[in-house]
Amino acid sequence: MKSLQTLAFYLLVLVIVVVSVFPFYYAILTSFKTGTSLFEVDYWPTSFSLSNYYSVFQQGEFLRNILNSVFVATMTVALALLMAVTASYALARVRFRGRGLLLMTILAVSMFPQIAVLSGLFEMIRFIGIYNTPWALILSYTIFTLPFTVWVLTTFMRDLPIEIEEAAIVDGATPWQIITKVFLPLMWPALVTTGLLAFIGAWNEFLFALTFTSSNETRTVPVAISLLSGATQYETPWGIIMAASVLVTVPIIILVLIFQRKIVAGLTAGGVKG
Amino acid sequence: MARIELKNVRKSYGAIDVIKGVNLDIRSGEFMVFVGPSGCGKSTLLRLISGLEDITSGDMLFDGERVNHLAPSKRGIAMVFQSYALYPHMNVYDNMAFGMKLANTTPEEIRVRVEKAAKMLQIAHLLDRLPKQLSGGQRQRVAIGRAIVRDPRVFLFDEPLSNLDAALRVQTRLEIAKLHHDMNKATMIYVTHDQVEAMTLADRICVLRDGLVEQVGTPAELYESPNSVFVAGFIGSPKMNFLTGKFAEQYNCTTLGIRSEHLSIDNTNPVWQGEVVHYENLGSDNYIFVDIGSEEPMIVREDGTVTLELGTKVGIRPQPHNLHRFDANGKPIRR
Repeated sequence: MKSLQTLAFYLLVLVIVVVSVFPFYYAILTSFKTGTSLFEVDYWPTSFSLSNYYSVFQQGEFLRNILNSVFVATMTVALALLMAVTASYALARVRFRGRGLLLMTILAVSMFPQIAVLSGLFEMIRFIGIYNTPWALILSYTIFTLPFTVWVLTTFMRDLPIEIEEAAIVDGATPWQIITKVFLPLMWPALVTTGLLAFIGAWNEFLFALTFTSSNETRTVPVAISLLSGATQYETPWGIIMAASVLVTVPIIILVLIFQRKIVAGLTAGGVKG
Repeated sequence: MARIELKNVRKSYGAIDVIKGVNLDIRSGEFMVFVGPSGCGKSTLLRLISGLEDITSGDMLFDGERVNHLAPSKRGIAMVFQSYALYPHMNVYDNMAFGMKLANTTPEEIRVRVEKAAKMLQIAHLLDRLPKQLSGGQRQRVAIGRAIVRDPRVFLFDEPLSNLDAALRVQTRLEIAKLHHDMNKATMIYVTHDQVEAMTLADRICVLRDGLVEQVGTPAELYESPNSVFVAGFIGSPKMNFLTGKFAEQYNCTTLGIRSEHLSIDNTNPVWQGEVVHYENLGSDNYIFVDIGSEEPMIVREDGTVTLELGTKVGIRPQPHNLHRFDANGKPIRR
């Protein structure tokens, strides 16, 4: 009975792993294929060729697109964290009128679907004059990331013992010193978790990236991949698309692997008293 | 080192008055203990002195200088919190040095002062540990050390012993008393709800009740001539026996108070008679609970060698010059 349960458990684990990993596995398989073998269904590697990866960098400005994505995502994370940390300090620790209402408003902002604000945001970006620059994307991504980031950090900061802050006040620390020297070191898990989620969000975003950029030099990777074209307009270059997809997934996987222990700590933080 | 004067200090949170007009003069170098039941405002009063909370009205003077709106770090205070409030990510050395680093003290000066304080508190071997690697007693010593290195005018203690177990509490209590002795110029203010801590540590005790000062005096003064029924009942362990109704009328008062050590079992010449309903023998003393028909049984302190069976009829007799008589307002009737 016991061993049957264990067996069932690991079978279930296997199913989940296969379902979640298979699409990516198949993308890797396909990216190594060329010619007509692309259209044969194989579940094990049959051929190995790096020509697709080579062509990705030959076509258009793929390297530039990757750098754009890195820049946009990094800046979004940096800006969002800077604003969220300072905002959450105020929301968690400073008593002022309308604090609850403000928190609810912040949450309400994140309810709007992207498409609902797209035209308004487009006008705004044109008005500021950052259309077709990375700043258009950084601005719009930050807007959409902030509510979540602020909420998570506010809850986390509320759970930090108030006495530690008071001890710092008695020690003569200014609010900025309290945030940077006392709170930030304690908040690393939460910062890493929210920062990584913001990074992934910005890295994967498609709609804004398609709308707010117009030239190949400013595009980010998701848009660039969707616009990859074959020799003729009737051909979809599956091999190259798959190679590009694999390439853009790798940085995210590396980041998650580096920070995975911190992420777990961040997701469970606050649940248990330290 | 500082004299602290509170003049009609009030504090309210919205419509709720927590401190309702406190006048208090804390002498330079004094060990003052605030004591009172929970919710009496003793911690709030300490936080007002620290500057973590602003006073709503009244005046607060440190050495004659008005500090009503001065930031905590500018008042020359150091505070020891109930939960230690050490910085979890810093080792013991950095915890103690943090305030001085912010004040741009030179590294040599910091090292000298931290090491001196660490030696005084016998935590010199723990300087590179993190707070989570320390026991409760060690953490509290680090917290005290962090206060010492600031070389403050006033030490503030907010129930520093309540998180420690009983044995450690007694030991740390002794160390705090020794600390006050060693730093003979420092004014210390100590908040507790434990009247034993208050009695053993204080030069003077301030008993608070509902945001007002009930009585200020030396432990002996409070014990021997309490200013109200409340103080009489709060100070002393076991609690003072109170008699009302016909028992008190015999003595021309509304409430008659008598401490357990001023009562004795006397079967030949009793004043009151009753039945032994319970006893607690601590070895040195035996507290005998005698039901004489009053609201609560009378507690009589006898020598630990005196043993009585439950249900025994006994007579008890008070020492007439140690009776405390109170009028209908709870105020003492002096002879």
